[in-house]
Amino acid sequence: MTESTAARKPRRSAGSKATGTTGTKAGAAAAKAGTAGAKRTTRTAATKGPATELVQLLTPEGERVETAAYAEYAQYVAGITPDELRGLYRDMVLTRRFDAEATALQRQGELGLWASLLGQEAAQIGSGRATREDDYVFPTYREHGVAWCRGVDPTNLLGMFRGVNNGGWDPNSNNFHLYTIVIGSQALHATGYAMGITKDGADSAVIAYFGDGASSQGDVSEAFNFAAVYNAPVVFFCQNNQWAISESNEKQTRVPLYQRAQGFGFPGVRVDGNDALAVLAVTRWALERARRGEGPALIEAYTYRMGAHTTSDDPSRYRHDDERVAWEAKDPILRLRRFLESAHHADEGFFGELEAESEALGKRVREVVRAMPDPDRFAIFENVYADGHALVDEERAQFAAYQASFAEAEGV
Amino acid sequence: MALAKAINESLRRALESDPKVLIMGEDVGKLGGVFRVTDGLQKDFGEDRVIDTPLAESGIVGTAIGLALRGYRPVVEIQFDGFVFPAYDQIVTQLAKMHARSLGKVKMPVVIRIPYGGGIGAVEHHSESPEALFAHVAGLKVVSPSNSADAYWMMQQAIQSDDPVIYFEPKRRYWDKAEVDPEAIPGPLHAARVVREGTDLTLAAYGPMVKLCQEAADAAAEEGRSLEVLDLRSISPVDFDTVQASVEKTRRLVVVHEAPVFLGSGAEIAARITERCFYHLEAPVLRVGGYHAPYPPARIEEDYLPDLDRVLDAVDRSLAY
Ligand SMILES: Cc1ncc(C[n+]2csc(CCOP(=O)(O)OP(=O)(O)O)c2C)c(N)n1
Repeated sequence: MTESTAARKPRRSAGSKATGTTGTKAGAAAAKAGTAGAKRTTRTAATKGPATELVQLLTPEGERVETAAYAEYAQYVAGITPDELRGLYRDMVLTRRFDAEATALQRQGELGLWASLLGQEAAQIGSGRATREDDYVFPTYREHGVAWCRGVDPTNLLGMFRGVNNGGWDPNSNNFHLYTIVIGSQALHATGYAMGITKDGADSAVIAYFGDGASSQGDVSEAFNFAAVYNAPVVFFCQNNQWAISESNEKQTRVPLYQRAQGFGFPGVRVDGNDALAVLAVTRWALERARRGEGPALIEAYTYRMGAHTTSDDPSRYRHDDERVAWEAKDPILRLRRFLESAHHADEGFFGELEAESEALGKRVREVVRAMPDPDRFAIFENVYADGHALVDEERAQFAAYQASFAEAEGV
Repeated sequence: MALAKAINESLRRALESDPKVLIMGEDVGKLGGVFRVTDGLQKDFGEDRVIDTPLAESGIVGTAIGLALRGYRPVVEIQFDGFVFPAYDQIVTQLAKMHARSLGKVKMPVVIRIPYGGGIGAVEHHSESPEALFAHVAGLKVVSPSNSADAYWMMQQAIQSDDPVIYFEPKRRYWDKAEVDPEAIPGPLHAARVVREGTDLTLAAYGPMVKLCQEAADAAAEEGRSLEVLDLRSISPVDFDTVQASVEKTRRLVVVHEAPVFLGSGAEIAARITERCFYHLEAPVLRVGGYHAPYPPARIEEDYLPDLDRVLDAVDRSLAY
């Protein structure tokens, strides 16, 4: 195994203890199920929003949508250059490649778990690219594309999934907060941060990411309310990928999520989450009004989780393949590519170079992860308190003596 | 039968025998829970009995309280140890105190199942042992089985109890197999069990640590030491009589749990046994458990968790007095 475990010899013969567990056995519980014919409750017509409520600037075929109804948002991308469009495409391709590499690394036992963003690239890149450097981002655990936009080295995201740390980056280096696993918690942190911005008289904004499942948590409703009451410059960005592990939207909400905002006193918009251009436009709109002091907004990016919830999950137990197939036709990357091609914004050379860049990224990710060392075992006692603590000191000393006893035992 | 399967069978039996029993939680339906503990139950008992809830722990426990007020017996699943805290307010301020506040008029037959503990290589919030936080609260009963037969029977008893029971499931033992006799007549829910008789020292543990203590007793036997192993089974109340009887015989006690030692349940056991057995003890009661630190990342969790050597070290220290 690792260097550190090899140095550790149990003194008793019977003490063959499992060291260096990599894979989560949670996944082992996922006995192949074969539950056919998952029955789905259909939402009542009264709560089903009309299609026009979905802001879309690019059709799945990659054609530009020029509807007057979306003009308010479209103006935020009116001047977008071919270069910027290619940039969005590049971000999505590289993010997808990174994600695929991480999934493969989990399968090879290099990561304990991985939460894939496959299918959600446009929602993340479109919104991430709308942020300004001095804005602050509060992600959940799947925002690899947003991290990319914020300049966080993607390999830093892998530490917690490999099990070498519980975070892995300094949130203040890129104004990108640590991943939050407890569902919905960060919505309140984001709101508090935004309240601080107002108190400071600054003009930056905050964006908080969470899923459709998270919308059920009290913390998220409380965040909505605080944000409204204090007119905080925070944009709530809900990626509705249709599923919270095995539970579909019907088990979380009876009204379209974006409509919730109204009840709290701020606007909510549903955007086609597979349309990077529309997401960029709507997020710019929301962030700019927040920066202007007009308060919070909720964006529901309507998208789809194409893979499993995490590598421990088995979606065949609860959803049909045909659902995924239908969403594949709306693939966010394909859509932008079609637009770039038909508008002659990109040529074969661009796509070829990007392919090479993807390969290189994949290779780098593999190499960095495989070389990622286990933490020093004394890391257990590091940073428990900022000011130190006598009990931690005492236990660290006991731990050191205990470790030393192995060396002594070997010397005998 | 695997421990997870034993709980599944026990829940099935409860659903069959009492129409008031309900299963509630995130992903408990079609998925059968992330650990498959509720596998197949929704298929056989329907969505009215096995309820996929919104993703909201406070909501799950709060509505279970309301259902209990209405005469139901909800068994709720919290997906992982670290996710019980959104529900902590409902559990501590409401569930635990309802019976007392109603002058005994209202019963709260709610079971809260929590997979807990580490050793499965998971990410943060998936490996914690928060049992002391619940055991400290009056009005809650806290139990943890260590094997399949107990998992089965303790669940039956927890569901039949008119008090709220926090039922901690040792997730790393979910796949361990043992015989379960559904015809057996079980002992009381809160009785500790002597797993192995011995004369030199008593090891007391519950849940995931019982197996470790048995292994430690095996290892110690090779060195000519006879350790008695107790499975406490119940963390609140603790069966102090059984512990006392054992300590009066062996005169030495080491308590082992994964949770941090500081103010953990081992501290309470040490204090009580010192009071009860002061003149019998040959050594202070020692504790082996987690450190006063957040549960570490998976790659070094084996350094955090009590292991065979740490248990045997404590045995050595106790015997050296
Ligand atoms: C408070 C809490 N409860 C339960 C969980 C377990 N869990 C992890 S992800 C998840 C589903 C989240 O769904 P959603 O919010 O829609 O986000 P998605 O993963 O689909 O992006 C659940 C139940 C958790 N992490 N935190």
